[in-house]
Amino acid sequence: MAFQILLNVFLAFLWMFIKVSYDLSSFIKGYFFGLIIMFVFRRFFRSRFYVGKVIAVIKLLFIFLRELVLSNISVLKVVLKPKLDMRPGIFAYETILKKDWEITVLSNLITLTPGTLVVDVSDDNKTLYIHAMDIADVDEAITSIKESFEKAILEVSK
Amino acid sequence: MNEISNIIIAFFILVGAFLSLVAAFGVIRLPDVYTRNHAASKAATLGVMSILFGAFLYFYLVEGHFNSRLILGIVFIFMTSPVAGHLISRAAYNTGVKLWDKSVHDDLKTKVKSKEL
Repeated sequence: MAFQILLNVFLAFLWMFIKVSYDLSSFIKGYFFGLIIMFVFRRFFRSRFYVGKVIAVIKLLFIFLRELVLSNISVLKVVLKPKLDMRPGIFAYETILKKDWEITVLSNLITLTPGTLVVDVSDDNKTLYIHAMDIADVDEAITSIKESFEKAILEVSK
Repeated sequence: MNEISNIIIAFFILVGAFLSLVAAFGVIRLPDVYTRNHAASKAATLGVMSILFGAFLYFYLVEGHFNSRLILGIVFIFMTSPVAGHLISRAAYNTGVKLWDKSVHDDLKTKVKSKEL
């Protein structure tokens, strides 16, 4: 991916040198034409065309912000409820992610999800130990949410 | 334009202050380290982020000054505070801080025990 972006910047510089006009608008024009050229030649790259990856990263960012707001609303509900009747607990979660940065992003995302907090990651990077605020009803819902998180992270790294 | 921007700025700053207040309440009210950590690491994050965003909007819309340091501050808090919450609760667990009595489930205990044996 980094190589593709570098190549695209290089094509944009090439466009500026061909036009003999060194300003931002010709750089942007050259970047755009380079994008089209790289799209045409995308089957020669080993990884996939990088625009899809950029879109996946932006999607992940929006998931982060949405979860942050939702988790604040749920914390608000728990704190301001007159009776403390939640049932906290720690459960283990098997993850399919392999690379270190993927697990870091996943555990940050879980920490910002409503009602969950990562307590420990096992030494073989396969299991996350998650403290849940209310283990009875959240357990299944959280598993489904995390399937969507894991899918979004895999979308970035594939 | 000015009225609308004032309302938006006031909204962000008041929401941030309210969330920080809720985080403080949560730290006082909740029963053990882990549930307190929930309140502190989530509500305080969004609270500080929205106060900073309100300050950024104030300087940008009213004074016409684009302060990029506030944006950087928002990004840094967003990246570091979940990690801080994770590390505090991990250190608490590894030094043997007990969960609340009404906690139901503890998968981590079996793992720690099996390592000790």
